[in-house]
Amino acid sequence: MVKPFLRQSPLAHLHLEARRPLGDGLPEAGIHVAERPHRSQIAVRGQATDPAFLQGIEKALGISLPTEACTASGKPGDLQVLWMGPDEWLVVGGPDNAALIISKLTTALVDLQVALVDVSESRTVIELSGKQARVVLDKGCSIDLHPRSFGPGQVVNTLLGRGHVLLHQTDHEPASGSSAYDIYVHRSYAEYLWSWIEDAAREYGLAMRS
Amino acid sequence: MLLIPCPYCGEREETEFHHGGEAHIERPQDPDALSDAEWANYIFMRTNPKGLFHERWVHAAGCRRWFNMARNTATNAIIGTYKIGEKPPKGAR
Ligand SMILES: [Zn+2]
Repeated sequence: MVKPFLRQSPLAHLHLEARRPLGDGLPEAGIHVAERPHRSQIAVRGQATDPAFLQGIEKALGISLPTEACTASGKPGDLQVLWMGPDEWLVVGGPDNAALIISKLTTALVDLQVALVDVSESRTVIELSGKQARVVLDKGCSIDLHPRSFGPGQVVNTLLGRGHVLLHQTDHEPASGSSAYDIYVHRSYAEYLWSWIEDAAREYGLAMRS
Repeated sequence: MLLIPCPYCGEREETEFHHGGEAHIERPQDPDALSDAEWANYIFMRTNPKGLFHERWVHAAGCRRWFNMARNTATNAIIGTYKIGEKPPKGAR
């Protein structure tokens, strides 16, 4: 585990917090973007067919394990479990929660054959939202993100701008057509992806969200 | 561009996958008993047919799982995909 005083977001050198926040930016910005660094992330491996495993997760986290492919459980911004593969999940929580989450899981899953790994600093999260958020993603992602086939609660490992991301849709407002996504990106690709998003979003107006 | 139906994630673009060569090649039960020619045959020799071919793929940018695919090497038509350990689908044996 990285000591909190040593850790640094892979986008820290861009000084995003010094940029003009939402409100001072373009009034009709179609894209809002923000970094959500240092989320607790725990990679979990286990057997989805084992009832004891499912019950243990639910007992430890208070949310159920998403066993359906490419789905998430929990509440965005709070504790969530993201499907990563048929026997693999990513538990996500707020910053500095990994040790607590792991200890709860360890207690609940004792005697079961599972693997828990703290991978919190391996990825950062870029939050993308707004009326044109989906259109921006469409420029570099082959997943059909149209509301008829993709929506809140769905999560995919895929390519965005040719880089590997974990793409989680967290919100959609049918009335305004606005969507929100959490984009988990490996830290060595974070600056590249941020630049890609800035470039792809430029024509719609890009505003920083604090 | 092929659209490949991952047995776990559904249809995704070919760029998310890597090819893993011919499927269903069994490791020799008793490696010590093999001659050099038999070893070479196991390691290097592949069938390379024109038409129905069973091959391994990995969904590298998706769920990162290996699976098998039956594909027509002449037309690139995908007859079906199936999980490791499963038998090829009907019409692909
Ligand atoms: Zn897959």
